[in-house]
Amino acid sequence: MTGLVLAQGAPITAPEVAYFAISPLLVVLGAACAGVLVEAFVPRHQRWAAQVGLTLLALVTAGVLLVAYARGGAPAATTLAGAISVDSPTLFLWGTLLGLTVAGVLLIADRSVEPGGAFVTDAAAGGSGRSGPVGTVQDRITAGRTGMQTEVLPLTLFALGGMMTFCAANDLLTMFVALEVLSLPLYLMCGLARRRRLLSQEAAVKYFLLGAFASAFFLYGVALLYGYAGSVRLADIAGASVASQRSDTLLFGGLALLVVGLLFKAAVGPFHTWTPDVYQGAPTPVTAFMSAATKVAAFGAILRVLTVAFGDSRWEWRGVLWAVAIASMVIGAVIGLTQTDVKRMVAYSSIAHAGFILIGAIAITEQGLSGTMFYLLSYGFTSLAVFGVISLVRDADGEATHLSQWAGLAKRSPLVAGVMTFLLLALAGIPLTSGFTGKFAVFSAALADGMAPLVVVALIASAVAAFFYLRVIVLMYFSEPAPDGPTVTVPGAFTTAAITLGVLITLLLGVAPTLALSWAAGGPFVS
Amino acid sequence: MSPTNYLLLSALLFTVGAVGVLVRRNAIVVFMCIELMLNAVNLTLVTFSRINGTLDGQVMAFFVMVVAAAEVVVGLAIIMSIFRTRRSSSVDDANLLKY
Repeated sequence: MTGLVLAQGAPITAPEVAYFAISPLLVVLGAACAGVLVEAFVPRHQRWAAQVGLTLLALVTAGVLLVAYARGGAPAATTLAGAISVDSPTLFLWGTLLGLTVAGVLLIADRSVEPGGAFVTDAAAGGSGRSGPVGTVQDRITAGRTGMQTEVLPLTLFALGGMMTFCAANDLLTMFVALEVLSLPLYLMCGLARRRRLLSQEAAVKYFLLGAFASAFFLYGVALLYGYAGSVRLADIAGASVASQRSDTLLFGGLALLVVGLLFKAAVGPFHTWTPDVYQGAPTPVTAFMSAATKVAAFGAILRVLTVAFGDSRWEWRGVLWAVAIASMVIGAVIGLTQTDVKRMVAYSSIAHAGFILIGAIAITEQGLSGTMFYLLSYGFTSLAVFGVISLVRDADGEATHLSQWAGLAKRSPLVAGVMTFLLLALAGIPLTSGFTGKFAVFSAALADGMAPLVVVALIASAVAAFFYLRVIVLMYFSEPAPDGPTVTVPGAFTTAAITLGVLITLLLGVAPTLALSWAAGGPFVS
Repeated sequence: MSPTNYLLLSALLFTVGAVGVLVRRNAIVVFMCIELMLNAVNLTLVTFSRINGTLDGQVMAFFVMVVAAAEVVVGLAIIMSIFRTRRSSSVDDANLLKY
């Protein structure tokens, strides 16, 4: 409607901007732009310190502003002409994303595990000679002189900015732009690995082509919903779905295509094919950040779209998402059993977890909303710490990710094996870990909403998935280590801090989850 | 002419693009097919804008164009880098990651 008014020459009023409410977002995106300038103008030997300082400072500032706003008790509201909604779920998800990114940046910026950092810009091996194959004398000289390639840090901040916008977007156009802002840096980050560059580039190409394919579906869904409702605001679509005379084909066709795009990003069920390849091929610190944060952002958007725009028509579409959730859990649990690579195994575990989270997301109740968000918080930190530990087990060729290389790890390093065991038990959902609390919250919400058969399937799937977590634990403790097996690198301060953060939160949310649960249950979506 | 015809045309173009992504081997051609899908969506948006009598759809088409341009930059950079190491842009050759 605004368009027609505009055409008639009425004065344009600038939209109100609640700067304090969106200040965390502005700080993150502003620091990302500043990071690009640092990359361009700061001398090479100072860049690492400047970039890491800038990134961590921005994340802490954004966190402080977020806490100040949340404690200020301002009412949930939309801003920027209704494009961004700053409500209780948004604040919770922003906090989760900021925390995960702090840990992710610590892993990414670490230079002790892989001397010279895990990243390279000129990925063509032996290309322009800026850094040759890893391990050569020339490469060591280059790495020693340049410190570390730091382009990855501003890219991380851009991705974080996109994720924060994605789960706060109150109209589908904003959501699409945010989807691209979060995806494009991630595609690049996947291809930056210093070691095993062919695998890394292959992961980037696969992720990029499939991701662009999925976002085209998302966009066509947006177009159909625009045709149906005459607007892309989520609230307007909800209003139109009860009052419009237009064909329901547009509504449900649009919903289906939209959800395909969202489920792809969240690595759910039949739309998961990129997940194992990308998780395996990408540099492990990037995998850690991506697996945790993308899931939070994508499920935040799924929750908002399903609750706000399609809550009233839920009886029409819920059956399909039941099938998707079951497919995701079964695929993740069963194919995970056959994996021989640790990173791929965790990737399939994440697909199974995506199915569990989807169960909470399709229970359109307050309990479902808070349970799902709590699960996202707990799963994010556990999965990030798992990838942090995986990056420590190395041999001469870099990371030793084949399962057979993990045999007898407990005899070489009891501490790392112990931490890994605790994290795997959390993924399996054993009591006193956050995994149990999260599963309990989600499954009880689903039961209360009459989805008992789905919960039964989920329990069977978690039992099957527990087998492959336990297999790793048995391998670490009850096998003899190979004489030429991998060694466990002693991590530097950054990686230690990131893994410790992940383990502490996994433990805390398992032992004393009340506070986080009450934050998650702060209030409904506002549109 | 009825605007519905344009909707059918854009659905057809979108399908051509989607099938192209699935059957073509060259990463560049696959990428072009994705661009075709995005442009088909632009046609849908403009047509609905006409049907609904609002300008929002036309404005959205501009957003889509900008996003598509940004995607081209990133996509070609990634395809270039894999071409330089492999001397091939076939998506079938990139098959190290499996099982």
